[in-house]
Amino acid sequence: MKKTLFLGALAATTLAASGAFASTLDEVKARGTLNCGVTTGVPGFAEPDANGVWQGFDVAVCRAVAAAVLGDGNAVTFVPTTGKTRFTALASGEIDLLARNTTWTFSRDTDLKFEFVGVNYYDGQGFMVPKDLGVSSATELDGATVCIQTGTTTELNLADFFRSNNISYEPVPIETGSEAVQQYLAGACDVYTTDRSALAAQRANFETPDAHVLLPDVVSKEPLGPLVRHGDNEWGDIARWTLNALITAEELGVTSANLDAESGNPEVNRLLGREGDLGAMIGLDAEWAKRALAVGGNYGEIFASNIGSETPIGLARGLNAQWKDGGLLYSPPFR
Amino acid sequence: MTTLSDPPKSDFRIGMLLSDTRYRSYTFQFIALMAIILSVSYLVSNLLANLDRLGQDLSYEFLGAPAGYDINQQPIPYNSQDTHLRATVVGAMNTLIVAFLACVTATIFGVIAGVLRLSNNWIISKLMSVYVEIFRNIPVLIWLIIIFTITANVFAPIAEFRIPRDGSDPARTLIFGVMAFTNQGVFVPRLTFDAGGMFVFWTFIASIIGIFVYKSYVKKHLFATGKELPFWLPALAILVVPTLVMYLVLGRPVGVQLPEMGRFRFEGGLQLRTSFIALWFALSIYTGAFIAENVRAGILAISKGQTEAAAALGIRPGRIMSLVVLPQALRVIIPPLISQYLNITKNSSLAIAVGYMDLTGTLGGITLNQTGRAIECVLLLMLFYLTISLLISLFMNWYNNSVKLKER
Amino acid sequence: MAQDHSTAFVRTQEIPPAPPPPGETGAVHWIKTNLISSVPNAIATAVGIYVVYWLLSGLIPWIVNGTWVTNNIRECREVLAGSGGGCFSVLTERYAQMLFGFEYPSEFYWRPSLAFALLFFAVPPALFPMYLPRWMLIATGLYPFVAFWLIWGGTILTPIGALAGVMVGYYAFTKLDKYGFAAALGGGVVGAWVVWQAFGMIAGGMPGFIALEAVESRNMGGFMLNMILGVVCVSLSIPLGIVLALGRQSSMPLIKIVCVVFIEFVRGVPLITLLFVANVVLAYFFPPDSNIDLILRVIIMITMFSAAYIAEVIRGGLAALPTGQYEAADSLGLNYAQAMRLIILPQALKISIPGIVNVAVGLFKDTTLVSVISMFDLVGMIRGPILSSTDWAGVYWETWAFACILFFVVCFGISKYSQWLEGQLRTDRH
Repeated sequence: MKKTLFLGALAATTLAASGAFASTLDEVKARGTLNCGVTTGVPGFAEPDANGVWQGFDVAVCRAVAAAVLGDGNAVTFVPTTGKTRFTALASGEIDLLARNTTWTFSRDTDLKFEFVGVNYYDGQGFMVPKDLGVSSATELDGATVCIQTGTTTELNLADFFRSNNISYEPVPIETGSEAVQQYLAGACDVYTTDRSALAAQRANFETPDAHVLLPDVVSKEPLGPLVRHGDNEWGDIARWTLNALITAEELGVTSANLDAESGNPEVNRLLGREGDLGAMIGLDAEWAKRALAVGGNYGEIFASNIGSETPIGLARGLNAQWKDGGLLYSPPFR
Repeated sequence: MTTLSDPPKSDFRIGMLLSDTRYRSYTFQFIALMAIILSVSYLVSNLLANLDRLGQDLSYEFLGAPAGYDINQQPIPYNSQDTHLRATVVGAMNTLIVAFLACVTATIFGVIAGVLRLSNNWIISKLMSVYVEIFRNIPVLIWLIIIFTITANVFAPIAEFRIPRDGSDPARTLIFGVMAFTNQGVFVPRLTFDAGGMFVFWTFIASIIGIFVYKSYVKKHLFATGKELPFWLPALAILVVPTLVMYLVLGRPVGVQLPEMGRFRFEGGLQLRTSFIALWFALSIYTGAFIAENVRAGILAISKGQTEAAAALGIRPGRIMSLVVLPQALRVIIPPLISQYLNITKNSSLAIAVGYMDLTGTLGGITLNQTGRAIECVLLLMLFYLTISLLISLFMNWYNNSVKLKER
Repeated sequence: MAQDHSTAFVRTQEIPPAPPPPGETGAVHWIKTNLISSVPNAIATAVGIYVVYWLLSGLIPWIVNGTWVTNNIRECREVLAGSGGGCFSVLTERYAQMLFGFEYPSEFYWRPSLAFALLFFAVPPALFPMYLPRWMLIATGLYPFVAFWLIWGGTILTPIGALAGVMVGYYAFTKLDKYGFAAALGGGVVGAWVVWQAFGMIAGGMPGFIALEAVESRNMGGFMLNMILGVVCVSLSIPLGIVLALGRQSSMPLIKIVCVVFIEFVRGVPLITLLFVANVVLAYFFPPDSNIDLILRVIIMITMFSAAYIAEVIRGGLAALPTGQYEAADSLGLNYAQAMRLIILPQALKISIPGIVNVAVGLFKDTTLVSVISMFDLVGMIRGPILSSTDWAGVYWETWAFACILFFVVCFGISKYSQWLEGQLRTDRH
C-alpha cells in the first residue's frame, strides 16, 4: 500500500501537470464531481446526518451548482474545512467552490484574491446570554467573559465593538462550535458570540433553549456567500447565476413542484430554458437552472426545509426575505 | 630488504570517477547536489507559479499591521490595535510560560511517581504503575480535552460566586478569603509593586543567590576544616532579613491585591485561566509519566554495590541517597529528562485545542486566519520552535560533556 | 595425646526443612512487609486504599447504572434520572462512526475489519522471528498490498503492480550492489519506477479487473484513520529512516549535512506545525492545479516526521555494533552496499526494534493531531460530528472513555511487547 500511494502521488502530479490551467468548468466536468468546501458541522447550514449524508443550507448551494453543471445534485464531494484551511483549500484548487458561511469582506475579495458570487444569507454577529444573567444589551457586558469561535471575522468584530463602546471583556477563543457551546453551557463563559443564525441553530439543541436569550445588539454585517477563485470568470458566472436562479425562482413563484408547468411569464421561460439560450452563454445547456431547482427547490424551499421556522433551528426570514417582502434578496433579472 | 612501495601514482582518468573509490564519492556528491538543486528549484518554481497564478506574494509586511483581535493572557501590555508582531510576541511568551511551568511540575510529578513506583509499599507502587501506564498509552490530545472538559464541568461555575441580584449572600465565597477555583479559572492574590517595589523584589532575588553562595561556603569550610557549619537557620535569615528590612525602609511598597467579585467575574488578583490550567496540568501529568520511567530506570541503573559500599563506609542512609546514589543516577536521568522538556515545549502547541493563546494560537491561529498569509506564518512558527529546540539541544550537549565520566 | 573421638551421635540424614515461623509467611506476613512495615508506610497504604475506593466509587455506579439502548441524550437523561450512570447508548448508536468515520460505506465495513484481523497474521512473523518459521514473513510482506486493496478497493492490479515494483526494485538492488551503494539504490528505484508506470497504465486500462468497489481516501475516518496513518507512516518511514541514518553516518560531507539538517529540523518542530504545512502550505509546492488530497499530504508529512525519529534510533543501533563487525565485512571484501545489506543492517535493525516500536507507539498516539486540521479521525469524529450533533451534544465522558480504551489497548499491548523484546535482546548478549 505504501509504494502505491507514492505511485499515486506521482501519477497525479504528472497527470495534473499535463492538464494544467484547464478551466474549472472543464475540470469539474472531467472529474464528474464538484468539490465543495463546507464547515465541519453547523446544524442547519452544513452537517452530516446519521447516515453520513451532508445536509444543510450551504450544502444545498453546492448541490444546486453540481446539478446545473453535472446534472446530478449528488455529484458533490464535500470537503470539510476549518476557518484556517478554507481559503487555502480554495486557493490551491482542492475545492472548486467554498460554501461555508463565509463573510464577504473587502480584504478577502481583493487581498486574498477570491470572488464572492453573491450572498445566500444576510447575517450579523450577535450575543447569547443565559436569561438569569439579567443582561438586556451587549453594552452592559463590561467585564464579562465571552466565548468566541475562532477563525472567523468574529473576533475582530468583537474587539471593535468593545473598543468602540470603551468596555472591557475577557475573550475565550475556542476552536470548534461544539466546544464553545460546551464551555458556554457549563458557565465557563457568560456570553457566546457568533453569527446570529448559528446562535439560533445551536440554541435549538440546548436542553433548555428558553433559558437563553439572544441580545438585540447586532455588532456587524455578515453577508455570507459562496465564493470561488479569482481569475476564472466563467466559473464565477456559473456559481453566481445558479445562486441567482434559486432566488429569482422564489420571486417568480417557480418551485420544485411546478417546474414542468406551462408559464406565461417570459422570464420564467428564459430561466427554465424554454426560451432564449441563457445556458449557452455560461457554457451550459438550456436546462441548467431547471436541474438546479429540481434538487432542493428554490431559495425559499431550501430555507424552509433546512433552517426555516418549521425546523428545529427555527430562523425567521428577516433580512433574507425577498425584496418585495421587505428583505434584501434582490436578484438581477434573467434576460 | 623489502621496500614498501607507494601505490602506483597514475594520472587521473575520467573513468576513475566511477571505478575508483577515492573519486567515486565526489561523483555521488555531485549527483546528489544536482538532484537537490533540481528538486528545490522545481518546488520553488511551483511555488512561484502558484503565487503568480493566485496573484499573491510573499511578504512579512502584515506583521506591522494592526492585529485587531484581543488576547486574554497578556504577559506584556497588548490591545487589539497593536500589531500582529506584538501579538506574535505575546503568543511566544505564553508558550514559554506554559512550557517552563509544565517542565517544573512534570519533573515533580515524575520524580515522585518514579520513586514511589520503587516503594516497598505494594499498593502505592501498583497505583503508580497504573498512573504511568494509563497516561503513557493514551494520546496527550485526548488528555488535554478531557482535562479541559473537567475544568469546565467539575469546577464550580463562577455564577455561584456572584452576588445575587436580590442582594443575598452568594452560594460560594473565596477559600480562606484569598482564592477561588471556578470554571473560568483559578483566582489568586497578586503582588502589586509601587514605587521602589522593584528594589524589594531584586533584594529578594539577591538573597536567594546569597543562599547558594553561603551553601558553597559551608561546603568549602567543611572540606577545609572538617567542621560543619549550621546551614538552615542562617539560610532562612539570609532569605528573610534583607528583604524585610528593604520592605520596611522603603515604606512597604509591595502589596497584595486580593481577587474581588465584580459584576461578572473576579477583578483584581491574578486569574489562571482554565485553558492555561488544562494545558499546564495535561502536559505535566502526561510527561510526568514518562519522566517517572526515566527516574525509575536511573535509580535502578545504580548498582546495589554502591549503596552497600557507602553503608560499609558508615554513611547515614539519607546521605547515601544524596551523596552516592543520586549524583550517579542523575547522570542517567538528565539526558532523557531534557528531551522530555523538549517534548513539553513542542506539545505545548496543542494549546490550540483548548484556546490557550500561545504562539500557535496567535501567529498560527488568528493571525493566519485573518491575513491568509499561510506560508509566512507557518514558516515563522517553525522557526520559533526550531530555535527553542536547538537551544535546549545545545544545553543538553554542554551538560553531557560536563558530566561525562572523566577518566584520569 | 590420645585420640579419643568418641562421638555420641552423627546425623546421617538432613533435617527436613522446618516451616517458617508463623509470622513470616502467608497473607499476614505479606501485608506486614508490603503494606504496614512502618508508620509512614501504613499511612501511605491508607491513602492508597482511599484513592482506590474513591476511583471505584465513582466508576462502578457509572458503569453499572449506565444505559445502552436509548436513541439520544434526552432519552438518556430521562432513563438515567440522576442515577449517576453513563449514557453508553452513544456507543451502541455511533460506534461504527467512531471506528470507520461517517463516510465509509457501511456495507463495506467488513473490508477494513478483515484487514484489521489479517494484521494479527501479518505482524507476528516480524515481531517474533525466533518462534515462527521464516517463510511466514511472506505474510508480512504481502500484507500492506492486501490491506490496501481491501480498504481502498479498486482493481487488484494496482496492489499487484505495486508489489511487483517493490520486488523488481529489491531484485535490482541485490544484483547491482556489487557496483556500489548508489548504483544499487539508483537501479532499484529505476526498476521499481518502470514497473509501476507499466502497471499504472495497465490498471488504468482495465479498472474493473477483479475489483472491489473503490472508496476514496477522504472517506476514511474514525479509529480506522488513526490505524491507517499509524501503520502506513511507520512502515513507510522505516526505509526512509534507514537511508537517513546511513546518510548521517556517511563520510561524504554533503550527504551528511543534508541528512543532519533534515533530521534536526524535523525533530525540532512540533508535529502540528508539519500538519499545518500539509494542510495550508504544501499545496503551494505542487504544480498548479494538481490535486493531491489531504490524507496523502498528511501521510507525506507524518512519514517525514517519524522517519527523522526512526533514523536516530537506527543510528543508535549502528553505533552500538562493535567495530569488529565493520572490519569483518571489509576483510571479506564486501563493498559498502553489500556489507550494509548482509552484515551491518540486519544486526543494527535487530538492536533497534524496541526503539522503533517506541517511536511507533508515540507516532500512533500523535495521529490524533490530525483532528486539529479538520480530519475526522477518532478524536475528530468525537469533537466534531458526534458532540455537535443534536442527538448527542453533551455526552463527553462516555465518548472519551471509549477513545481512551481503544488507544490504551493498542498502545499498552505494543509497549508491553517492546519491553518483552528488550528483555529478550538483553539475554542474547550474555
